[in-house]
Amino acid sequence: MYKEFRLSGSGGQGVILMGIILAEAGVAKGLEVLQSQSYGPEARGGASKCDVILSEETIDFPVVREPDFFISITQDSADKHGHGLKESSVAIFDSGIDIPDHLGTKNIFVYPIIETARTKLGKPITANIITLGVISALTDIFSQEELLKAILSRVPKESEGLNKRAFHEGIKLVNRDA
Amino acid sequence: MRSSKLVEKYFRTDNLPHLWCPGCSLGIATRALCAAVDELGLDKDKTVIVSGIGCSSRAVGYLDFNTIHTTHGRALAFATGVKLANPELEVIVISGDGDASAIGGNHLIHAARRNIDLTLLVFNNSIYGMTGGQASPSTPQHAKGTTAPYGVVEQPFDLVKLAEGAGATYVARATAYHVNPLIKYYKNAIAHKGFGVVETICICPTYYGRQNRSGSAVEMMQRLKEDYVLNTNYEKMPEEQRQGKKVYGEFVNKILPEYIEEFDRIIADLKGETNV
Amino acid sequence: MSNRILMQGNRACVEGALYAGMRFYSGYPITPSTEIAEISAQRLPLLGGRFIQMEDEISGIAAAIGASVAGVKSMTATSGPGFSLKQENIGYAAMTEVPLVIVNVMRVGPSTGLPTASSQADIMQARYGSHGDYPIIALSPNSVRETFFLTVRAFNLAEKYRTPVILLTDETIGHSREAIVLAKPGEIEIYDRIQPAYGEEYVPYRIEPGEIVPRMPAYGRGFRYNMSGLFHSETGFPSNSAANAQESSDRLFSKIYDHVEDIVTYEEYELEDADLAFVTFGSTSRSVMAAIKKLRKEGYKVGMFRAVTIWPSPVKQIKALADRVKHIVVAEMNRGQYVCEIERIVQGKVPVSHLGRGNSAILLPEEVSERAKEILK
Repeated sequence: MYKEFRLSGSGGQGVILMGIILAEAGVAKGLEVLQSQSYGPEARGGASKCDVILSEETIDFPVVREPDFFISITQDSADKHGHGLKESSVAIFDSGIDIPDHLGTKNIFVYPIIETARTKLGKPITANIITLGVISALTDIFSQEELLKAILSRVPKESEGLNKRAFHEGIKLVNRDA
Repeated sequence: MRSSKLVEKYFRTDNLPHLWCPGCSLGIATRALCAAVDELGLDKDKTVIVSGIGCSSRAVGYLDFNTIHTTHGRALAFATGVKLANPELEVIVISGDGDASAIGGNHLIHAARRNIDLTLLVFNNSIYGMTGGQASPSTPQHAKGTTAPYGVVEQPFDLVKLAEGAGATYVARATAYHVNPLIKYYKNAIAHKGFGVVETICICPTYYGRQNRSGSAVEMMQRLKEDYVLNTNYEKMPEEQRQGKKVYGEFVNKILPEYIEEFDRIIADLKGETNV
Repeated sequence: MSNRILMQGNRACVEGALYAGMRFYSGYPITPSTEIAEISAQRLPLLGGRFIQMEDEISGIAAAIGASVAGVKSMTATSGPGFSLKQENIGYAAMTEVPLVIVNVMRVGPSTGLPTASSQADIMQARYGSHGDYPIIALSPNSVRETFFLTVRAFNLAEKYRTPVILLTDETIGHSREAIVLAKPGEIEIYDRIQPAYGEEYVPYRIEPGEIVPRMPAYGRGFRYNMSGLFHSETGFPSNSAANAQESSDRLFSKIYDHVEDIVTYEEYELEDADLAFVTFGSTSRSVMAAIKKLRKEGYKVGMFRAVTIWPSPVKQIKALADRVKHIVVAEMNRGQYVCEIERIVQGKVPVSHLGRGNSAILLPEEVSERAKEILK
């Protein structure tokens, strides 16, 4: 198993944390992992990007080039990073996004992530955890328990309940469609 | 203590004679430091003298302490590391005017801003002596240096005001002629908790004196005597008597939080709170 | 499995330094090395150490040297422009034989260049950046895990050989997070400089029989000696003698070059029957490794020599390599630096070429493969 993830959104949405949680879930599972992110002026506001590689074998080349999973929760980040995917790639978008042309894949999933964060959870900041729920439901790399454990080890104790709910709302978004 | 006794006690006599020119006043300043150290009763083993590059910085080779002759302008930065690594050490920096205020000017103002417990002695001879008489930031306007053959264009730094403005909590100035105040200020600066600066007005008959027709070393010393007035006396002088006079004395002497004490206090508080 | 954690390369560097006994850090923030300062600032005070953010890059290294002379293991970290600014004092530490670790998280230059992009173009600066002749040790990790272990080793070598040691990492390694199991206390031997015994006669730069470098007492322990960046005799006092300068320089070089067997480490991969060897280091080695695994499956006889110790260079090993392969390609993220050293060592015995470029784009495994196929066709 060798999977590349590219997670994107805007600064402040917790996209980097989402990548770190995914990578830590990988570490806990005994996988090889590599996480990297955009730095510098481009990381302040605007589009934020976080790459994660999960692999059963040693990760040699340390850069994500053809993500197996591309996730975008803002238009800006979709436009900036949503291209050059391979045919087998899975692309996940927030429903508020106009899907970019030249995406490279037809495996497109669209969910109301931002709206769910705002209306159902009352906290836009939970969009990243909802997205992890979506990833959990759409992939079979981690069990729900494994991913939830990785989430809970990264978030403050007092917001555990909220994050659990956000994670399950994300799973529900996928299962409702199925 | 008589000079010969001070030399015996605090100098590395094997390294004498020193390399300074005849008439140079750096020996007076160096001796004054030894006198201050002696009167304070400092432990030589626990005293570190740090210098940069230049005539003044060569003093460390003659002084029997823990001594380190560093790179040009950086003595205060090295000294900061020494002091932070072992705050029990008494750390004294000897620097020239070029070393301290030109190439090392940034370290001077930041050491002052931090109020770190170091003592900076600037042996100010108004010239780059070691390299043969180039103008320094202390060379008076219109005076000559080999790099200012038609006279210096710029204003010189007032090191006392510079140190004070940057936050030094002890600032004094004396001259190589005014030896007793000099020793007293060195003592006060070393004993002071915080960043202390003493500017010592020195003479350089060889490079400054010759280029500026300042006369012999004796005449230059005579001029220090005549030109410099104690600040408290200067205050009382009528305007007409102040003409051409310069001041020496203690200008700043106050207690403010010292860098290492503050650092350690913050950490102690943190440990108390979090029990780490 | 619980000891296995996700960690950023720059953090692994600090953890390695703390493991090795670093208790002082001074520096100036600069991308992409800043996390090293930030994490040091956070961790050191809680371990009884001290951290100071200095006013510039020059004072950043100067204070670290001062702290080391006072007896505390010290480190400073920087990138690109900051590495240029530190050069004078790297020479000072080499001349005065002060143990010190300098980390350079390489970014694209010259000048401000591309501050957040990865590069390996400070290879020659690491070796020759300060003026005058001096030897240096430089190590280059290719993963987060290795960053930890090489930082420990950098401190050990600095203490053992009384020398500045440069850890040459890069933005890719410094900013990536990977899985790592940190060494447990006692698992790696930690080397501390030898100090003279109390009351012992002490000549500052005299080497005791059977030892490699002069003993180095911390300030305050009763050995009042002088340290100077001027050429000095074994007394520590300046000397103008040409004979003394030659002798001192010889000793500076021999303490490193007589011990290359101890200092030089490297990794060989698939070289036994290789016709073509890629010589590489740091993050580029991972592109090369990915390519070689693929090329081998396709039947190409290629292998990799990865220098872990960059300086002193692995002369013996590269000479041996030139005896058994037909081609050498030096793969590095620059326009041709280490290749000069490899050419110098190989002396035309086999063709040596360079694969690299001057921008921020990491070499792709396909580019490595393409070059291999071109040569082996």
